[in-house]
Amino acid sequence: MSLVALIRMIRSTGRIAEPAPAPPEGLPGRPAALAGSVQVRHVDAGSCNGCEVEIGGAFGPVYDAERYGARLVASPRHADVVLVTGVVTHNMSEPLRRTVEATPEPRLVLAVGDCARGCGVFAGAYGAAGKVGDFVDVDLEVPGCPPEPAVIVDALRRVTGR
Amino acid sequence: MTLVQAGLLAQVAATCLALAAAAVVGPRHRARFAGAAIVASGIAGAVTGALALAGGRGSVTLPVSLPFDPVVLAPDRLGGFFMIVAGAVGAVAALYGIGYVQGAAASRTSWSAMAIFVLALQLVPAADDAVSFLLLWELMAVSSTVLLLADHARRAAVRSAALWYAVMTHLSFLLLLLGFAVLAAAGGGTGFGSMARVSSVSTAASAAFVLLILGFASKAGIVPLHVWLPRAHPEAPSHVSALMSAAMVKMGVYGALLVSVRLMPGGPVWWGLLLIALGGVSAVYGILQASVATDLKRMLAYSTSENVGLMFLALGTGLLLRSYGIGGPADAAIAACLLLVAGHAAFKTTLFLGAGSILHATGERDLDRLGGLTARMPVTSMAFGIGALGAAALPVTSGFVAEWALLQSLIHGANTQNRLVSVVMPIAVTVVALTAGLALLAFVKAYGIAFLARPRGEGAATAHESGRAMRVAMLTAAASVIALGLAPGPLLTAAGAAAGLPRVGPVGWWGIDLSGIGALLDPLALTTMAAAVLVPVLLVSVRLARRLPRRRVALPWGGGGVRLSPRMQYTATSYAEPLSRVFDDALRPERDVLVTHSAESRYLVERVQFRQYLDDIVETTVYRPGIALMDRIGLAARRLQNGSIHRYLGYSFFALVAILIVVSL
Amino acid sequence: MNTRALVLAAVQVIVMAVLSPLLVGLMRQVRARMEGRAGAGVLQPARDLRKLFAKEPLRAEGTSWVMSVGPVVLVASSALVCVLVPLVGTITFPLVPDDLFVMVSVLLLGTVALALVGLDAGSAFGGMGSSRHMTIAALVEPTVLVSVYALSIPVGSSSLSAIVHGRLVHPSSVVAPVSLLALVALFVAVVAETGRMPVDNPSTHLELTMIHEAMVLESSGRDLAWLELGSWLRLGALLGLVGSLLAPWGIASSVTPLSLLIGVLALVAKLVVLGSALAAGEVFLAKLRLFRVPELLAGSFVLAFLAVTASYLVVQA
Repeated sequence: MSLVALIRMIRSTGRIAEPAPAPPEGLPGRPAALAGSVQVRHVDAGSCNGCEVEIGGAFGPVYDAERYGARLVASPRHADVVLVTGVVTHNMSEPLRRTVEATPEPRLVLAVGDCARGCGVFAGAYGAAGKVGDFVDVDLEVPGCPPEPAVIVDALRRVTGR
Repeated sequence: MTLVQAGLLAQVAATCLALAAAAVVGPRHRARFAGAAIVASGIAGAVTGALALAGGRGSVTLPVSLPFDPVVLAPDRLGGFFMIVAGAVGAVAALYGIGYVQGAAASRTSWSAMAIFVLALQLVPAADDAVSFLLLWELMAVSSTVLLLADHARRAAVRSAALWYAVMTHLSFLLLLLGFAVLAAAGGGTGFGSMARVSSVSTAASAAFVLLILGFASKAGIVPLHVWLPRAHPEAPSHVSALMSAAMVKMGVYGALLVSVRLMPGGPVWWGLLLIALGGVSAVYGILQASVATDLKRMLAYSTSENVGLMFLALGTGLLLRSYGIGGPADAAIAACLLLVAGHAAFKTTLFLGAGSILHATGERDLDRLGGLTARMPVTSMAFGIGALGAAALPVTSGFVAEWALLQSLIHGANTQNRLVSVVMPIAVTVVALTAGLALLAFVKAYGIAFLARPRGEGAATAHESGRAMRVAMLTAAASVIALGLAPGPLLTAAGAAAGLPRVGPVGWWGIDLSGIGALLDPLALTTMAAAVLVPVLLVSVRLARRLPRRRVALPWGGGGVRLSPRMQYTATSYAEPLSRVFDDALRPERDVLVTHSAESRYLVERVQFRQYLDDIVETTVYRPGIALMDRIGLAARRLQNGSIHRYLGYSFFALVAILIVVSL
Repeated sequence: MNTRALVLAAVQVIVMAVLSPLLVGLMRQVRARMEGRAGAGVLQPARDLRKLFAKEPLRAEGTSWVMSVGPVVLVASSALVCVLVPLVGTITFPLVPDDLFVMVSVLLLGTVALALVGLDAGSAFGGMGSSRHMTIAALVEPTVLVSVYALSIPVGSSSLSAIVHGRLVHPSSVVAPVSLLALVALFVAVVAETGRMPVDNPSTHLELTMIHEAMVLESSGRDLAWLELGSWLRLGALLGLVGSLLAPWGIASSVTPLSLLIGVLALVAKLVVLGSALAAGEVFLAKLRLFRVPELLAGSFVLAFLAVTASYLVVQA
């Protein structure tokens, strides 16, 4: 697309982000250090990618989770929250544990989706080793198959407090 | 008996003591006694040089066997400067050698050769006539060849390196002989005094200039006469490498200064341009090869070639600007050349001694097999790190001050109406900037791969710190790099006195002032400012460290994978790979990829082997064809040698007839 | 003279320490708004920094003291660059020249510290980022030195304050073609050195495309905070340098409260304009393939070299 066409598209589109809903109440026992700024590292422990699409939508222009202080990062060393999706397969159980261990304190683990909570359609399959809570301590669960972006954003807002 | 005379005789006496110790003392204590005597000789040389630099005069005549004239030693200020450099490096290298040598390098031959080498290095700048100069030069060459051959029984590469070195050094000797002969014929005498009377614009002077500069350039390691450097310096024992790289190549620079500042000042414009061209090519080529080298000592050897290129560039700039009468920047350029000489001697000694320490502890020279040494060898790590900072010209080290002075002289030298100068100076600035950038990469690679992260091989994993003599020597050299960087004022005064430069001097605490171009630098003030800026950062860090201490974890983050190994780390080859792609045409690496398929199926791979060869292009495109040509000529000439006595008698008869005809003409 | 320079230096460091996170926040906000998002606000990087200081730093087995000393060296060198570059005023210390080569060397000290942190991480990503970062730094250095050299020719001095002051006194030199060529080259060099688009994407998650981010993957807590702050200070100082050279008006020549205030406001305005332009560029440009970056840098070098030769021809004509 040419430069002029791109500028025209930006101007005609304007703002895509929907107005922010009312802030939810904070997670009890959330660390005070994480108020207003939360870096999120996502781990796919064997999901069907349905939750990933919804997370992509949550950080996209319509829901824009970044405006509440949450940002996706590449390394768990930079992260405060580890967002885990999917049933934990045999091959991913150890990398999941290592990823959470590599995250500095204070840290939280969010299990997103029914599979991560152990009650999804793949629970008990031969490739699944268990739910996320069996391997690492989970601080917040986000139900749904897949959970809507608004619900995911809500969960993150409970951590940032914005 | 003046002080200088006493100093010169003291050096000779200490060397004789060292020779006696090397011959007489048994192997257990030989290193200590011979080494200590050589240290004394080095210190005596440095002191004598300082006296000569301060203006002391004295002449010593050493009788030598016929048919040579006696060796006349009478150092002037310039010679004194280089005597200090040679003496200091000799003393530090000998001290290091006491702890380092083992096996063949600790034999009587090696210690005797070392004693003679250090003496010759110190006396070459003190020679006052061409014959003495050449005698001492040859002594230097022969003793260094003997030292280089120390390990020849164990490694074949040593023999090949020594052959290349011997041939190139004698080629340079031949060129020097011819050059001095031309000058002596024109001046009517072999003393430097009578040579200085030759007019610099005559053809004899130009011919002599070219011959002498080529000869000195070969010794200094200037491209394209540098091919012995990357072969010889790595194969020599490390304290000898330090001597060769930090002191011996400086004799080439001393020769260039001798020719252009003392013997034939005021030459035509093309002299300066020749030096700038040689220096510029050498600087870029040297650092490019250093950036992609994986053998630690070969990298340091190419870095020497780069620095000598910068010294020739500085000298050439000084000559060029002087021939156009632009005095201030010319003085600054020649001062920069001398600052580079001293600065390079300091950091190159540190680097080679550190490399020797690594070799001694791990048995490895290949960077791809090192790693994690900073925890196991902290003193070596600190010394090598300081040397690497100096080589990369980062504040506040000797290399930084020297490169700053060079850039200032180039930038201010171009403020002129002269068209040639205003084209050459920006090109020179580009060359210096490019070499500075590549030097950064080369030394970050060397320090980072060798010392940081985890060991990539068995030798590095079982390394231990070096002995006391080696540590003291390394720390002395590293301290000199920092000292010359923090307090360059006295060094600049010495450089100004050595080359007769009126418009350079100290300023402030120990800063330097190039008043001819209005540029000054006080590194101590810069360091104070840096410390002031550092204070709030450190305060915050320390306060936080108490509240949130650092927690140790077992694994680095590698994607959470379960098969982390140190072999996944970047190696020196991979570090330089983007650069070797960018400069593909100039480096022409050869790559071999060998894929072994699995026995069952051609679609599965069992093993992949990657090999990269980076040869010196000058060697492969110029020297090898040249050597092949010589071989072919030799083979063709063998047809003259058919074994028939009749033919040989015929040759002698015709040769006699030809000489009689020529003589009668 | 010394106290005036000291006051100016302190003002510059403190102002930049406050402004750099705001600059990065502004750039992210501009990018967000152009993409139709609401954005986190200009203060978000400051919040991120505060949170990072409250997190514990981790040190893995096999890493060394470089992981803790490197970030501090980066921040200190970036702060020292803020002192040396004429951002708010052009008064220098008598014995510390804010000379071109001194400034570049201090900047490169920070570059080297960052590269060593990347190598010490002991992972393939860290080494990769470090190698690419140093290759780009090596290729950028000629452009930076030659372009500022080109700007120093009309003034006759390589001191940055003298160059800016000269451009302030002779406004015609600001719009001279030589000056514009050199400034374009310098801008490209600044983009490459600070790791912005199109040379490097600061918000990428793909490790194999990272240059700057790959070096900091192993750092956490206050180490990461210093690394981020150091990088932001470098960005702010270099953009401020380009702004001072491009539009020297507003720079203080004396240390009165009014002139300092005007200088700070002018600096804010220049950073806002340049930062927004960079951020807008990030929306319109795609990242260059790594092996095309040397071509970009070579092109910028040619511009800088043309600027130098052209300025000599102009002087002689």
